[in-house]
Amino acid sequence: MSLAGFEVEVQQTGSTGLETEEMTLNMGPQHPSTHGVLRFVVKADGEVMREAVPDVGYLHRSIEKISEKVGYHGFMPYTDRVDYVAAMFCNQGWGMVCEKLAGIEVPKRGEYCRVIAAEFNRISSHLLSVGTMVLDIGATTPFFHAFREREKINDLLEELCGARLTYNYMRIGGVAWDLPPGYAEKCLAFLDAFEPLIDEYDDLITYNTIYLGRVADVAAITGEEAINYNLVGPNLRASGIKYDVRRDEPYSVYSELEFDVPVGTGEQGTVGDCFDRYIVRMREMRESCRILRQCFKQMPGGPVIAKVPRKFKPPAGDAYIRVESARGDMGWYAVSDGSEFPYRCKVRTGSFAAMSIIDKVSRGLMLADLVAVIASLDIVAPEVDR
Amino acid sequence: MDAAAIHQRLKVRFEAGVGDCDLQAKDPFIMVEPAAIVDVSRFLHDDPELRFDCLSNQSGVDYKAKGVIEVVYHLFSYPQRHHIVLKVDAPRDHPEVPTVEGVWKAANWHEREIYDLLGVVFTGHSDLRRLLMPEDWIGHPLRKDFVEPEEYHGISTRRESLLR
Amino acid sequence: MQDFLDSLIQQGYFSGVPRDVVYAAGMIIAGAIVLLVFILNVAGGSTFIERRLWARIQSRVGPNRVGPQGVLQWLVDGIKLVMKEDIIPTLADRPLFMAAPYVVMMGFVATFVVLPFGSRLVIADMNVGLVYLTAVTGLVVIGILMAGWASNNKWSLIGGIRSAAQIVSYEIPSGLSVFPIVLLTGTLSLQGIIKAQGWAPWDWFLFANPFTFVAFFIFFTSALAEGNRTPFDLPEAESELVAGFVTEYSGVRYLIFFMAEWGNLYVIGAVSTTLFLGGWQIPHLSDNVVLTTVLEFVTFFVKAYFWVLVAMWVRATLPRVRVDQLMTVCWKYLVPISFVNMLGVAAWMLVFPTGNRVVSFLMFLLGVSIVTYFFRRVFFHLRRAHVREHGELRLSPLS
Repeated sequence: MSLAGFEVEVQQTGSTGLETEEMTLNMGPQHPSTHGVLRFVVKADGEVMREAVPDVGYLHRSIEKISEKVGYHGFMPYTDRVDYVAAMFCNQGWGMVCEKLAGIEVPKRGEYCRVIAAEFNRISSHLLSVGTMVLDIGATTPFFHAFREREKINDLLEELCGARLTYNYMRIGGVAWDLPPGYAEKCLAFLDAFEPLIDEYDDLITYNTIYLGRVADVAAITGEEAINYNLVGPNLRASGIKYDVRRDEPYSVYSELEFDVPVGTGEQGTVGDCFDRYIVRMREMRESCRILRQCFKQMPGGPVIAKVPRKFKPPAGDAYIRVESARGDMGWYAVSDGSEFPYRCKVRTGSFAAMSIIDKVSRGLMLADLVAVIASLDIVAPEVDR
Repeated sequence: MDAAAIHQRLKVRFEAGVGDCDLQAKDPFIMVEPAAIVDVSRFLHDDPELRFDCLSNQSGVDYKAKGVIEVVYHLFSYPQRHHIVLKVDAPRDHPEVPTVEGVWKAANWHEREIYDLLGVVFTGHSDLRRLLMPEDWIGHPLRKDFVEPEEYHGISTRRESLLR
Repeated sequence: MQDFLDSLIQQGYFSGVPRDVVYAAGMIIAGAIVLLVFILNVAGGSTFIERRLWARIQSRVGPNRVGPQGVLQWLVDGIKLVMKEDIIPTLADRPLFMAAPYVVMMGFVATFVVLPFGSRLVIADMNVGLVYLTAVTGLVVIGILMAGWASNNKWSLIGGIRSAAQIVSYEIPSGLSVFPIVLLTGTLSLQGIIKAQGWAPWDWFLFANPFTFVAFFIFFTSALAEGNRTPFDLPEAESELVAGFVTEYSGVRYLIFFMAEWGNLYVIGAVSTTLFLGGWQIPHLSDNVVLTTVLEFVTFFVKAYFWVLVAMWVRATLPRVRVDQLMTVCWKYLVPISFVNMLGVAAWMLVFPTGNRVVSFLMFLLGVSIVTYFFRRVFFHLRRAHVREHGELRLSPLS
C-alpha cells in the first residue's frame, strides 16, 4: 500500500546534537486489535504518538449505490451489513425511513417485536464492544465471559429470525415473523441469569487497578468537542451530554417504556475518558434488560406488519430519521423519486465521526493508548466504510 | 423553534443568500446559496436562540435531471432540541461549495466523502482528498452517469453472471 | 555432581583422564540429560497445562482431543511447528535473525546448571551461584534485541526495545530483593542457601522476618517482569504489536522462543523455592539414599511448579500495564522498597543474630491466615455461582 499523502518528516531535536527521526508506523489493515479492517499511519517519537491518521475505505462495499439498484424491499438484507454487530438497528432504521417516506404506520405488536429484537442486539453489541476492549487492554478472561453470554443471545435471536449475525428480521411496515411460542419464557429466563453476571465484570475488571491505569484519564473528550465532531451514543453520553434518541425524540414505542440514560461522570478520572465510555456501555446493558422485561409484559396482540404493497412506491421527496443504535444515533436519509427504487440512500453512522476524532485525541498519547482509544470509541469498520 | 420561524430569522439576516423554505416536505428544508452557506452556518451555530451546535448529517445527492448536485445539511441543536435542513445546489459540471469545516468539525470527513463519491469540491477544506476510494481512483462512483472502469491495477471488473 | 564424579574417579573409572576433563564431560552430559529429559518436557507440558488452566478460568474447556484429555497436545504442536516452512524475511539481517532464538535459549538453559533438584542432584554447585544466575539471564536481553532488530519490522523493533528496557530495569529489584537472603546466609551458593533453611514452613526464609516476606513478593513480581509474562508482557503484547519481537518468526525458531518463555516460568518457580521456600528440604524419613533423593526431587518440583501455576493464573486474570507505568512501578516503587528491605534485614541481623523463631512462627501464622482467607473467598464465590446457575459445581481443572 502506498504512503501517498502521508509524508515522512525528518525532525531534528538538536539539543544534545543527536539527530532523531520520527518513526512512521503502519498499524495496518490486518491487525489483531483494530476492530475490522482499519489502517492507521502513526508517526511516533519513540512510544509517544505525534499523529495517528486513519486511512479508511478497506471495507467500502458501495452499499448506498446498491440501494439504487435493488429497490426498497430488496435493500433490507444489505442494511444488516452496514453494521453487522448491531444489525437489528440498521434494519429498523431502513424500515423507519421508508415508512416515513410513505406515511405507513407500524402496528403496535410489530413495534414491540422491533424493540425486543433491537434491545437484545444492543446487549449483544455492548458485550462484544466491552469484551474486545478489555481483550485489547490485555485481560483475556472477561472477553470469554462476554462471549459466553453473547452466545446465549445469539441462540435466542436465531430462534426468532433464523440468523445469528445478519438478521434481516424487520421489513418495511413491521417485522417478518411474530415471536415463536414460548419465546417470552426463554428470554425472561435468560435475563434472570444474565443480570447478576454483569456484576461479575465489576468484580473482575472494572475496578482493577491496572485496568484503571490504562483507561482512566486517557483521551478525555469534552462535551463541546463531542458535539462539534458529531459523536453520538455512548461516546457522547460518556462526555456528559445526557441525550438519547429513544428518550428525547422517542420513536417506535420507547415513549411507553421506562428506562434511565446513563451518563459519564468522570468517576475514575476525567469526564469523557475511556473509562467513562466503558462504564456507560456496562450500565446501558442493565437498562436494556429493564426495557426487555417491560416489553414482554406490555406486548399487545395483533398483526406484526402493516400492509405494504409489493411494488413499494413512496411519493417523491426525502426523509431523515434517527435510530439509537448500539453505537449511537444512526441517521438514515432516503430520497425517493416516486419509483420503486430509492433515488439516494445515505447512512450516517456513529463510528464515522468517532474515526474522525481519533487523530485529534491521540496526539501525545502512547501507542498502547491508541489501542485503548479505538476500542473505547467502539468503532466497527463496516460502519465507517459502508 | 419551528422551520418557518427559523427561515424567517435567516431571511431577515441574509436576504440574498437564503432561498425558499419548503414547509410541506416531510422534513422542512431551506434552500441556501453556495456562496452564503458558511455565513449562514456560522449564524445558525452562534445565535443564542438557534444554537445549532451539531451537524447531524451532510450528504450529497446527484440530481442529473435538474443538472445540480445537492448538498443536504441536517442540523440539530442540543440545547434547544430543534432540527432544520439546509440544501445547497451546486451546478453539476463544476460543483463547488465552500466548506463549513470551520463551524462544525464533523463536516471534515463528510465533505471528504462527498468529494470522493460525487466530485463536489469544497473550497477552503484543509485536507480534501479521497476517503473511501483508493487515492488513485478515477471518477466519482455515486454519480448517476458513473461508468465502472474496465480494470483497476490489472484486475478486471467484469464478472460473468452467475444467473445464467 | 562434583562429589559424584569424585567418587567415580576414586573407584577407578576414567583412570588416564585428567580431572578437569572428567568434570567437564560429566557436567556436559548431565546438562544434556537435564535439557532433554527435564526442560523440554516441563516447558512443553507447561504449555498444555496453561491452556487447560486458562480455559477453565475463562469458562471453556481447552484442548482435550489429542490423547486422553488432550495431554499429547503439546507434543503434536511441537511436531507441527518443526515441520513448518522456515520463513526469513528478505530484508532481514540473516545471521542475527537465525541466531537470536538460540541466544535466548542459551540464556535460559544455562540457568539450569546451578539449579538444585535435590541434595545430591545439581549439575554444578557454584559458590557464586546467585551471581551466575543473574548474569546468565542477561543473555536473554541480547537475544530479544537481536530478534527485534533483525526482523526488519518496526513493530518487532519496538517490541524488542521495550523488552530490553523492561528486563534491564527489573533486574535491579530482582537482584536487590535477593540480597536479604545472601545477608542471612552469608553464601551465594544455592545449595548452601537451601541448607540454611529447614523443612518446616517456619524455617523457610519466606517467614524469617517481615522484610524477607516483602522481598519475596518483590522478587516474584520482578521475575515475572523479566520473563515477559502478563501483566508485563508488552514485548509480545498481542493486541498492540501483533506478536512483538517474535512477529517474523515461524516454525522451529518460534518454538524455541516460546519454549524459553515457558521454561523460564519454571526457573522463576525454582529460584523462588530455593531462596524463600526451603528448596528440597524434607524431614529425615529414611536412610535410603534413593528414596530420600526422590522425595527431595518431588518436594522441590511441587513447590516450584506451584509458582508456575500462580504465574499462569495471574496471566489469565490481569490486564497489561503500559510501558511508562511499568517503569514507574519498577523505579519508583520496587527499587526503593528493595533498598528498605535490605537495610531492614541488616538491622534485623544486628538485633537477632541467629534469627527469631517467635517472629518466624508469627509470620507463618500470618501466611496461613492469608491462605485461609483466600480459600474462604473462593468458596464464597463458588457458592454464589452455584446458586445462580443451579448446576453442578465442577472444581476439577481437568474436567
